[in-house]
Amino acid sequence: MTNLIFIVLGTAFGVILTKSDVISWFRIRKMFLLEEPYMYLVIGSAILTGIISVQLLKKFGIVARGGEQLNLKGKAYHRGFIFGSLFFGIGWSITGACPGPVFAQVGAGEHAALFTLGGALIGAFLYHLLRDKLPH
Amino acid sequence: MELILNQWDWYIAGPLLGLFVPLLLVLGNKLLGISSSFEHMCTVIIPRSRNIMSRYDHQKNSWKFYFVIGIFLGGFLANFMLSARTMHFLPEEYYSLTGYLKLFLGGILIGFGTRYADGCTAGHTITGLALLNPASLAATVTFFISGLLFTFISVYLIT
Repeated sequence: MTNLIFIVLGTAFGVILTKSDVISWFRIRKMFLLEEPYMYLVIGSAILTGIISVQLLKKFGIVARGGEQLNLKGKAYHRGFIFGSLFFGIGWSITGACPGPVFAQVGAGEHAALFTLGGALIGAFLYHLLRDKLPH
Repeated sequence: MELILNQWDWYIAGPLLGLFVPLLLVLGNKLLGISSSFEHMCTVIIPRSRNIMSRYDHQKNSWKFYFVIGIFLGGFLANFMLSARTMHFLPEEYYSLTGYLKLFLGGILIGFGTRYADGCTAGHTITGLALLNPASLAATVTFFISGLLFTFISVYLIT
């Protein structure tokens, strides 16, 4: 039942990503070349909405469905935040996809994105393989 | 109807995407994040990979597996049922041997990089910044600068 909720929410998320062209390689290219503000406006307004929402949830003491206290703990910093992000930025530029959009690209019929996804799975596995040798 | 079938502009998409932070919190007490779904898929496709990925928290992240199945379905719905005409999202050139290779290598960088950085555009840029976490700001600034520099170099210096 709970998993069905996540499939439904994910579907809505995928529809929005696709309908707004956020999954487009061309948009990502124009974003990195600073040729159009479109992606910055999408991401900026998403961040702003997120910040305001979290502040409102806190202010009104909203709890999760079932009465649990909301989990609002941010991730703890380590050096991988910088090193890993350097790799990710390059991959994002090449493929025009970040982890969410790659699934939407495949769903939207861009079969070549299966190569991106296959690579990403191997990359995640590689990280675990090398984890103990990497600076954190 | 036409409003749905046309492309949705940033002021529709951005705020709607941001609303997934409170939605996921209230409905499931989850923090929006996507890149750990790669780890989850590895353990689903090759169960034995769990031995090497022992530090991956299977229980905590299993919901992301369902979330990305949804994203896949959403991509299909949006492009084939909710659009006036089918759109393309990748350049024609990527449908070639070198194109596949580029996407594959780029994919490895995405999978490795996001897991090493403990997050991506969803977990760091949207969720992390919504929580005002400076560590997520550091990651976000880094992958934007990295992508920007790499794109400029590959477009203006190499070609």
